[in-house]
Amino acid sequence: MLDVGFAVRANGLGVRYRRGWALRDCTFELAPGTVTALVGANGAGKSTLLRLAAGLQRPTEGVVEVGGEVGFVAQEKPLYRAFTVAEMLRFGRSTNASWDQEYAEQLVGEARLSSDAKVGSLSGGHRARLALALALARRPQVLLLDEPLSEMDPVARETTTRALMVAVAETGLTVVLSSHVLAELEGVCDHLLLLDQGGVRLAGDVDELVEGHRVVVAARGADFGDHEVVTSREGERQITALLRLVGPPDLPEASAPALNELVVGYLRAGEAA
Amino acid sequence: MIEFRIDRRSGVSTYLQLVHQVKQALRLGVLGVGDRLPTAKDVVAQTGINPNTVLKAYRELEREGLVEPRPGLGTFVRRSLATPGVAEDSPLRGDLLEWMDRARELGMGRDDVEALFRSVLDKRF
Repeated sequence: MLDVGFAVRANGLGVRYRRGWALRDCTFELAPGTVTALVGANGAGKSTLLRLAAGLQRPTEGVVEVGGEVGFVAQEKPLYRAFTVAEMLRFGRSTNASWDQEYAEQLVGEARLSSDAKVGSLSGGHRARLALALALARRPQVLLLDEPLSEMDPVARETTTRALMVAVAETGLTVVLSSHVLAELEGVCDHLLLLDQGGVRLAGDVDELVEGHRVVVAARGADFGDHEVVTSREGERQITALLRLVGPPDLPEASAPALNELVVGYLRAGEAA
Repeated sequence: MIEFRIDRRSGVSTYLQLVHQVKQALRLGVLGVGDRLPTAKDVVAQTGINPNTVLKAYRELEREGLVEPRPGLGTFVRRSLATPGVAEDSPLRGDLLEWMDRARELGMGRDDVEALFRSVLDKRF
């Protein structure tokens, strides 16, 4: 557990590339022990944000602080292709003071990676699991993962998220993971950080965010009172709307959105804007 | 010990699914006063869900007075929700079994029975 009050904290964080701002005015705080889904359309700034938090890139303005040892697995899963799995572990052990060899071997075993297999011969999914095992075995306090699940088959996703969740339960590890696979995040992430065109559009506890919204199917031209329409789709007679509740939820026909619906709703609203 | 089953596609939040499943077990007598709930770590190992979600569900059950944490020991059931009607040998259960057998003899499927049961349930409760 971290003894500071936050795991990741950003204040007015911004990055400008030649083509413009990739990230701007990002302010948020993630508590220790939380598991945050970092979501957003392609180019929304997810990878940039993770690289900044990992200390691999300097911001143009603002600050981001991480309260503890940080581990980072980039989307490209950088590994030495000519090394074997066992050599990768030996490399990890010799370059990290906090290395946990027993844990590394356990994770590699769970991933069914043979120790004499060459990294270059592994499938994308297996390379991703090896990269994650190497990051976890360093026993970081904050783990930043860029698209950790994207190349994995369903079984590998399940075992990987389980290994992550066990690490959270055992050590109070803080996890931030970016993902496009929204269905996999339900039950895995307790917090959401949604980026839209380089800015934080939505952030907070997943259950509270879900309870603060409603999906409603109503007649066209229906009046939703004070509730803010995030996005809506009009059919011939009916309109399906995602609403952000403002005041009490006085909408008997409406139901709370699934996490997936909530995220897609905001991303769609961002595209339309 | 209760086993949790999480449906990721149900649209019901994971923490509410846990709360409902504990209450269901309390109603059916699967869990009784003094029984220990699995630790967050046990549930995570079993289901792969987030341990914070398990703790949140247990806090909600505690708030409702159904369970209590005992530091260093775990979370224990404080109050049962079982009513005499749900017991394995209760006459009500026997009547319902007979009724379901009759429905099956009439060629009704699970969906038909569920629809009929729900419509009567909604009328009376």
